[in-house]
Amino acid sequence: MVIDWNHFTPWSSLLGGLILGLSSSAFILLNGRILGISGIIGGLLTSFKGDVGWRISFLLGLFAAPWVGYLLMPESLLQIPRIESGMTAIAIAGLLVGFGTRYGSGCTSGHGVCGLSRLSIRSMVATVTFMLVGFLIVFVFKHLL
Amino acid sequence: MTHRFIEFFVGLLFGLGLLLSGMTDPGKVIGFLDIFGNWDPSLAFVMGGAIAIGFFAFSLAKKKTSTFLGGPVHLPKFNQIDMPLMLGAILFGAGWGLAGFCPGPALVSMASGQVKAAAFVFFMILGMAVFELFDKMFKTKLTDS
Repeated sequence: MVIDWNHFTPWSSLLGGLILGLSSSAFILLNGRILGISGIIGGLLTSFKGDVGWRISFLLGLFAAPWVGYLLMPESLLQIPRIESGMTAIAIAGLLVGFGTRYGSGCTSGHGVCGLSRLSIRSMVATVTFMLVGFLIVFVFKHLL
Repeated sequence: MTHRFIEFFVGLLFGLGLLLSGMTDPGKVIGFLDIFGNWDPSLAFVMGGAIAIGFFAFSLAKKKTSTFLGGPVHLPKFNQIDMPLMLGAILFGAGWGLAGFCPGPALVSMASGQVKAAAFVFFMILGMAVFELFDKMFKTKLTDS
């Protein structure tokens, strides 16, 4: 293991994390909902009357974020995304993430942030599992293939 | 209307947190998952920061019977470690490691105009739709986290 000091951003990542924690906290304490992105968007596919509005307004806010970010945040903090995967990998990854998060009832936000925060054993098991599989997949693709 | 405003604002805040944390950069996510290579530990700081705040909010939420706005608190009650949880987490982890995108960051990145992120979101929603069909056929699904 070698630390990648060139890309290591402890302060902006910590600050970003605190903001993620703050928004998840506001969501449960004010709106009474778990802030889980896969559940919010996936629920739109099956939702009933009266269960759509909150999902849409949340998503509109999420979509506004990069635009507000460009106005508010100093350029040095906005990282240019490095998307190295080709379209085939993107398609397979998208299908896996979509199916997997719905099957497993959550993703990095619902299980990782909210689940761990509320000390849910189910979410801890899910988070450890998807992280271990993530380590494994990156190891296979970066170091074996 | 208060709820609609809060949902939008929380979505916006959450998106800004994702941007600042570095989660919207798949290269950074893969750098974090690459523990056997050139490792970028930043995302551990994201998780740490989010949970440091979330822990207090969820401890409080568990004790409350209604939100600060008087609505119901929707906390998941299901706590069994079952097959859907495990298989879902495995599939999600594989997709996450493959492209470096999880649902929230992919949506934010799409909104900022990244074509590959938009393609990822398309396939992710397709994967979610496939899950709904699968679920109708085999009745696997229980709760959202």
